[in-house]
Amino acid sequence: MSLIAALSPIRRVLGVTFVRQSRNVSHFTYQPDDKAPIEGEKQKMNMFTAINNAMDMALAKDDSTLLFGEDVAFGGVFRCSLNLKNKYGGDRVFNTPLCEQGIAGFAIGVAAMNVKAIAEIQFADYIFPAFDQIVNEAAKYRYRSGNTFDCGSLTIRAPCGAVGHGALYHSQSPEAYFAHTPGLKIVVPRGPNKAKGLLLACINDKNPCLVLEPKTLYRSAIEDVPLGYFESPLGQADILRVGGDVTLIGWGTQVHVLRETAEYAKRKLNVNCEVIDLVSILPWDVETVCNSVKKTGRCIIAHEAPVTNGFGAEIAATVQEECFLHLEAPIQRVCGWDTPFPHVFEPFYLPDKYRCLEAIKKVIDY
Amino acid sequence: MMQNISRNTSKLLWRNAGIKNYATEATFEVNRPYKLHRLDSGPSTTVSVTRDEALDMYRKMQSIRRLETSAGNLYKEKIVRGFCHLYSGQEAVAVGMKASMREQDNIISAYRVHGWTHLMGVSVAGVLSELTGKKGGCARGKGGSMHMYSKNFYGGNGIVGAQVPLGAGVAFACKYKNNGGVCLSLYGDGASNQGQVFEAYNMAYLWKLPCIFICENNGYGMGTSAERSSSNTEYYKRGDVLPGLWIDGMDVLAVKEGTRFAIDYVLKNGPIVIEAATYRYSGHSMSDPGTSYRSRDEIQEVRQKRDPITSFKERMLETGLATEADIKKIDSEVKKEVDAATALAKSDTEIPVSELTCDIYSMNQEGDVHGLTPDKKLKHTTLKTAVNL
Repeated sequence: MSLIAALSPIRRVLGVTFVRQSRNVSHFTYQPDDKAPIEGEKQKMNMFTAINNAMDMALAKDDSTLLFGEDVAFGGVFRCSLNLKNKYGGDRVFNTPLCEQGIAGFAIGVAAMNVKAIAEIQFADYIFPAFDQIVNEAAKYRYRSGNTFDCGSLTIRAPCGAVGHGALYHSQSPEAYFAHTPGLKIVVPRGPNKAKGLLLACINDKNPCLVLEPKTLYRSAIEDVPLGYFESPLGQADILRVGGDVTLIGWGTQVHVLRETAEYAKRKLNVNCEVIDLVSILPWDVETVCNSVKKTGRCIIAHEAPVTNGFGAEIAATVQEECFLHLEAPIQRVCGWDTPFPHVFEPFYLPDKYRCLEAIKKVIDY
Repeated sequence: MMQNISRNTSKLLWRNAGIKNYATEATFEVNRPYKLHRLDSGPSTTVSVTRDEALDMYRKMQSIRRLETSAGNLYKEKIVRGFCHLYSGQEAVAVGMKASMREQDNIISAYRVHGWTHLMGVSVAGVLSELTGKKGGCARGKGGSMHMYSKNFYGGNGIVGAQVPLGAGVAFACKYKNNGGVCLSLYGDGASNQGQVFEAYNMAYLWKLPCIFICENNGYGMGTSAERSSSNTEYYKRGDVLPGLWIDGMDVLAVKEGTRFAIDYVLKNGPIVIEAATYRYSGHSMSDPGTSYRSRDEIQEVRQKRDPITSFKERMLETGLATEADIKKIDSEVKKEVDAATALAKSDTEIPVSELTCDIYSMNQEGDVHGLTPDKKLKHTTLKTAVNL
């Protein structure tokens, strides 16, 4: 292979085109929202500051609110809980030992007593010992007790998603495992405004909620965030870009990849993409998505989690059910490969803008 | 620190004065006595070691220290990415335990394992190349710092505490296969509060498994001190009915003798819980400076008074087991080896992209591996033969 070819970022191996992303450059560029959710005084904040602000407001609003998890007292490994212990005291903001199953079980018990519990799992990759508690205890509490008890006051927050160097156990996106559980609500914010609004909504919501925060956005996502109290509606998707040719659906970090892809598609292919941030994984906004696909006739879903049985599969199944006669091309899923999240292969693993663009080409040319 | 040099040995030494003679063997008292839990008797407090054994242990500890320093430097240069948890300060635990392990024994630990990987047979170059993600690495660069493996060494595990029940399982298999082996199942003071650790204790006790549970208590679980995380900081007693043994983890000879005792014990009686009291100089990982939750004075004090390598070196010199020249020779050989390995780790190449879908399954019956878009499939290949077959 010639030197130029070897250095080329695009290579074909076994019939598959690979693009080598530079390790030192993100695969996405954060794009802030055009409009703030409410009027009023705003401040430039990154995502962890917005989350900090949300928890500050939640702790102030209701005396019964608690925040706990591993290392939250000093501020948290991602600084989401900075200063909260100093402000509200160690009996409301406190550290737990290293025991996820214990944290979740304990949080469910606290919530069952109608105390607003915000439990932090340090990384979504560590949530699996707590899986039994969340799925079997939290999600089913109201149903199995015939509404005698519920743990609606429970909110679990966990940083998720690829971060560039996370490898197997600091990069996972576990939303699909939990989406399979009726009784839970799951949301994934795309930036500071959404992070604050969704977190406040979840804390107030009368059902156990799981907030998966893409960790790579904690510092890099900066936006003007209103200082007032606001909640973002759960179960509602956001249309970020209107277009008539293809519907692109994603959540979290992937939304920014799709926005960039939509720009490319307009410039290079003259294709107008409609970009939807699903926002809420459970319940998900079937109406917005299907209305969009009925309009465009083409649907591409992208997510970091492995393709087999990722949440894209659920969306694809429902879309083909509801929009069958409107579809101009098969629904495409641009996702992570079916391997554990790799260490050295991360740039090849992620569903970046080049691959999303290829999918757009496919559905347009179908 | 008291040293009782055997009278006979020292007489032999100094009788032929003029030329400073080597001693071929020396006997020492352990620095701190063992503490026992539900044990009538414990390991011997006097430990004999030959010159060769001592030099070997010194070399191994020094290799680990240098290799960890190099890893830290590579990380700061951004040549190593991801995670990097350094073992500097804790060398005596791994080296002392390995000195008593036999061919058929197994070990599993968490993620602070660069030293263990080297002791279990991977060259320094293999460890450093794994850190830099190159093909010379022991997992071909696919695992990185936290996922290194070799024969009888089950890793290299990322999830805290999850390796402990695995260790019990390995011990069960040893007993089932009747191969006379034991399993050393290591975890830290932070992990000791995981529920699955207690599940493993219970199973091991009921089924009398040859499992040695070892809590490497370095005083901190990331930034949380043992006192703040654990209701009972006497980790060797946490096994409740399981007998326990506290060992000074900075004294390589105490660790060696304690492990010898434990291996002998578990083969006859069932599990034991060891607490090795040790200390790490670096932070939890390279993202942690290690000074926000403890004072620099504390770290300095341990370095000066309890460093496992310098204290063992002094003992060797005082008893004549080794001379300054011997030590210098080993130090320079180790430095050369680590420097060469570092250069190799930097210059080696990464594995090709085709290995993305390599070794996912044992026999891929489903055809090609699904990928980013439905029509883009990759071939599954099998490259390495498992060592546990």
